[in-house]
Amino acid sequence: MKHFTIASKAMALLFSAALLVACAGSDTKEEDEAAAAAAAAAASASAAQAAQAAQGAAVSAEMVALEEAAASAGTVFYFEYDSASLTPEALDALNANIALLLRNTANVRLEGHTDERGTREYNLALGEGRANSVRDYMVASGISGSRIETISYGEERPVAYGTGEVNWSENRRVELKPQ
Amino acid sequence: MNRLLAPLLTLVLMISAAGAEAQLTIEISQGSDNPAAIAVVPFAWHGAGVVPAEIAAIIDGDLARSGQFAPIARANMLGNPTTEAEVFYRDWRALSAEYLLIGQVSTEPDTLQVDYELFDVVRQTKVLTGSESGPVSDARMLAHRVSDAVYEKLTGVRGAFATKLLYISVDRVPGSSDHSRLTMSDSDGARPVVLLDTREPLLTPAWSPDGKDIAYVSFETGRPAIYRQQIASGRREQLTNFSGLNSSPAWSPDGKTMAMVLSKDGNADIYLMDLATKKLTQLTRHYAIDTEPAWMPDGRSLLFTSDRGGKPQIYRFDLSSGKTDRVTYEGTYNARARVSEDGRSVVMVHQANGRFHIAVLDLVTNRMQVLTSTDLDESPSIAPNGSMVLYATKFQDRSILAAVAVDGEAKFMLPASKGDVREPAWSPYLPR
Repeated sequence: MKHFTIASKAMALLFSAALLVACAGSDTKEEDEAAAAAAAAAASASAAQAAQAAQGAAVSAEMVALEEAAASAGTVFYFEYDSASLTPEALDALNANIALLLRNTANVRLEGHTDERGTREYNLALGEGRANSVRDYMVASGISGSRIETISYGEERPVAYGTGEVNWSENRRVELKPQ
Repeated sequence: MNRLLAPLLTLVLMISAAGAEAQLTIEISQGSDNPAAIAVVPFAWHGAGVVPAEIAAIIDGDLARSGQFAPIARANMLGNPTTEAEVFYRDWRALSAEYLLIGQVSTEPDTLQVDYELFDVVRQTKVLTGSESGPVSDARMLAHRVSDAVYEKLTGVRGAFATKLLYISVDRVPGSSDHSRLTMSDSDGARPVVLLDTREPLLTPAWSPDGKDIAYVSFETGRPAIYRQQIASGRREQLTNFSGLNSSPAWSPDGKTMAMVLSKDGNADIYLMDLATKKLTQLTRHYAIDTEPAWMPDGRSLLFTSDRGGKPQIYRFDLSSGKTDRVTYEGTYNARARVSEDGRSVVMVHQANGRFHIAVLDLVTNRMQVLTSTDLDESPSIAPNGSMVLYATKFQDRSILAAVAVDGEAKFMLPASKGDVREPAWSPYLPR
């Protein structure tokens, strides 16, 4: 667990700053006060640094968690036949990706695809409808439309060749790709 | 915008004699019920060396493919007349031949001449005499013109053998993007020529009404765009480069306007582009998919596919009134209409009982007839004389071209020697 490692390093830093203050030897009150002030300043600087580090660690920890969630949800969203509506499963996967995209600045490309049934030009428009459904949901979720590019390949780029629902369901998809 | 629409003129160097190109072959799968028996005797050759093309065999193949003729096998012929004086009707009556075609082929330097005579065996009269001439390199086209003349004389319908086909052939490349080629061949699949070769998708090849130019959708820049290409010179112009869809080019009957599908204003709608000024006019404005425009031959209205009713159906847009009417009601999916030259028959992809077939709708009687029995049939294209419909289908897990007569009787397949072939586009009648 990477974030625990970073947090514990910050704690160690704080602890050593306090130790420094406690152990500082002194001859006079002024010196004592000066030393105490210096130590306090050092301690507060260290604490601020540590807090920042801890916050940074928390942020990257969160990002890692989001990345992991998006990766496990996948970047391919599947559709029903002749439909551009997002299914509950597609929404789950999409939400995981959106959570990550809300925290980074990456640009993405949405590629819409269909299965081989129906005409090629209609499928080109259907694939675009699918990519647009995903884009519109992303925009409604707060991601700037300027970060999203869409393209439809219709039925021209199947991932599964051959006929039958097993192949067709694999091909009815939108793929989210980093730009 | 001007910059985007500025003509992108490039010389396409990819035109090649198609050495590696997939060659289409013909397999007749079903003839019509009552074809006319015709004997096409090998034509006499009066030139030096080897005859550049076996004229009679090409004519024989043309007539057989139509389904309306049953050529008599050469092995059964009792004689090989090449002049009227050598014709003995009894020899042909014995074979139950109804018609007899004989001819001669001669050469001038660089020019080939084909002279032919057609006889009615039953009435024992000569019914047609004609000749065709042209460059030796066009020998096959001369044969197709003889077929056209014979077909017209005997059926009353203009022949469409001296025409061309466009189609997309695709080689699947495992682990990489497919190899797509836009190919042009004779109407019998012979003499394929590659007009464009790309690793990106190619779609919807379309002919200009004079047969001199083609248009298509290519993803070669990474995005779809409509291109226009002159066949003879290979000169190309990128017509569109809008965001979203740029697809379904369809030339108006007068050749001045191109209907197309753009989604730059939201989603797929039909637009017209004036090809001289590149000015766009938006025809349909609907949140549903509007695509696959096809002109009626009078140029006054267009058919298109729309799912505005929930499922894809054919609609008609009237250019003068701006009104849209629904055309198809039968079946759950009707799309990609193509209209016969006489404006009466509309061929389309039609789904019935879950299967995709090619169907023809008679606009006068409103009768829909399913023409094919295969599944996943698509991309119908109608011959300029309205006799045959060429389409793409699946056969043994490959895409192949197939043809069916508009009456549904005769059928033949044009499988390629390799790879997938799809999206056939039958040319209009071609200038000589």
